Amino acid sequence: MSTKNHLDIQNLTMAYGDNIIQENLDFRVAHGEIFIIMGGSGCGKSTLLRHLIGLMQPYKGKILIGGVDLWESSQDERNQLISRCGVLYQGGALWSSMTLAENIEVPLKEYTNLNAKQISEVISYKLSLVGLAGFEDYYPSEISGGMQKRAGLARAMALDPDILFFDEPSAGLDPISSRLLDDLIMQLRDSLGSTVVIVTHELASIFAVGDNSIFLDTESKTIIARGAPIELLKNCQDARVRKFLTRES
Amino acid sequence: MSTINLDKYQLEVSDSCATLHIYGDWNFSTGIPQLEPLAAQLATVTGCRDLTFNFEKLGDWDSGLMTFLIGLLANCSEQNITVDPKGLPEGIQQLLKLATSVPEREGTRRPVLGQPVLARIGNVTVEMHRNWGDLLAFLGETFYAVLNLLRGRARFRSSDLMYQIEGAGPMALAIITLISTLVGMILAFVGAVQLRMFGAQIFIANLVGLGIAREMGAMMTAIIMAGRTGAAYAAQIGTMQVNEEIDALKTMGISPIEFLVLPRLLALFLMMPLLCVYADFMGILGGAVVSALMLDISFFEYYQQLQSAVALKHFLIGVIKATIFGLIVATSGCFRGMQCGRSASEVGFAATNAVVTSIVLIVVADALVTIICQILGY
Repeated sequence: MSTKNHLDIQNLTMAYGDNIIQENLDFRVAHGEIFIIMGGSGCGKSTLLRHLIGLMQPYKGKILIGGVDLWESSQDERNQLISRCGVLYQGGALWSSMTLAENIEVPLKEYTNLNAKQISEVISYKLSLVGLAGFEDYYPSEISGGMQKRAGLARAMALDPDILFFDEPSAGLDPISSRLLDDLIMQLRDSLGSTVVIVTHELASIFAVGDNSIFLDTESKTIIARGAPIELLKNCQDARVRKFLTRES
Repeated sequence: MSTINLDKYQLEVSDSCATLHIYGDWNFSTGIPQLEPLAAQLATVTGCRDLTFNFEKLGDWDSGLMTFLIGLLANCSEQNITVDPKGLPEGIQQLLKLATSVPEREGTRRPVLGQPVLARIGNVTVEMHRNWGDLLAFLGETFYAVLNLLRGRARFRSSDLMYQIEGAGPMALAIITLISTLVGMILAFVGAVQLRMFGAQIFIANLVGLGIAREMGAMMTAIIMAGRTGAAYAAQIGTMQVNEEIDALKTMGISPIEFLVLPRLLALFLMMPLLCVYADFMGILGGAVVSALMLDISFFEYYQQLQSAVALKHFLIGVIKATIFGLIVATSGCFRGMQCGRSASEVGFAATNAVVTSIVLIVVADALVTIICQILGY
């Protein structure tokens, strides 16, 4: 597995048109760590994620994946960089007209030279990793929301990505499924050595899986706290962060 | 002791034990060896009961190695060979544990082979039967909603009705103008070539006038509206199904038929006759232009001939047809939308089905009305 899977965000400013969402963001996601991007609703967490995975271009600043600048690369180079990242979207974002197997097959066909039998074996393996063995020929509409999320994770892992991004992985899941997904994320990080970036405001998940984190603030439009979530809970003096982490009103 | 060298691995066999040495890179980009040669070698080794691993020289690896190992473990299990996982790197052991932690549920996997022909025919028949049931239920509910409307009890927003009227009326004028004028010109052009041979050019007004007023005006308007508005109705309502918006209406005790279908049905019911009259006018005008340019028939002559050939009843027949077609387009579009499944592709199917259903029913209805008019002497 590659060890060049760290992320560097340098002086990043994000905006919709001239409307600045967050500015001067500087942080590093180290190889093999589970990094949490947290903050209240509407602070720009998901927008930051869209920047990190190349869906939005920075208003200012740099995003470096494994030391390579995402937006100073050519389109082909950028596609190659992005193909090293797997993304689990909030709703799974499975292609509804395709079976689960076909969903996972698309990136494998696009980026590898595996033959049909090998692709089929990889699909079965990925689905078994997320507890969906035997569901190859099911359409997304035929399985539950939690299963869709896990199938989305299997697709995100299709190419053994160096970096896995999760957008609100616990959203819409019951506490037990949410806990199982957290466990799965940690197991995958430990066994695959992937770097994991999670956008969430679910406190249980934040404390359960986070090695490191940043806290985005809506009003000051920048990072107001950083560090391990547990440490922030214990030591952070910022009232806004304390309120968030302790659910004080 | 014997050793068997294969691509990227080496099998070392001694007495009842075999050791698999894995070396080099095992990833998608460098290619993954086939399992079959190794499985064949293991099968030929007599007395081999234990398999151990040596991964000391393993380089870069990914899921390719995992699928190979999963296949190998399954093969060993079939051959009653005990596998000692201790030699596996910790990460690989964890992944194998994870992959086998939730065993496949019995009956989950679907048969790979397609269905037999008889089963398919049966399924299509059952589906058609269900469709008919759904259609009858939809028509019944729509009829009930119309009754509620007549009694002033139907619940929908008047702004929705105005919005639908705008969409089905003024917004459709441009395309109706273009298509109707062209159809009138084509009819006149085809007729001009034939009638000129008999010196009967003046009857071009009869051909265009009757053709447009009785048939083509209503028919072309209906086909345009089926493709434009009927498909849009199916897509709009279908998307609402996908987003559970219809369910939200039902749980609030609001009939989706009244709230969504009625405004659309009313909009097309009111707009189609007007669009048809407009299409008739544009088609006849198109015919007049071709007559003037090709046959030297002045607009006045054309008008006079038209007056003698086409009576008000012919226009009325066209308008009645257009009203019926409008109801068909709205009903088909809304019905297919309400029938839509819960995925993006289903919305596409709903829109396509709405157009196909509308056009088929329009042609059937046209034939029926024409026959009825014939019988009644109109």
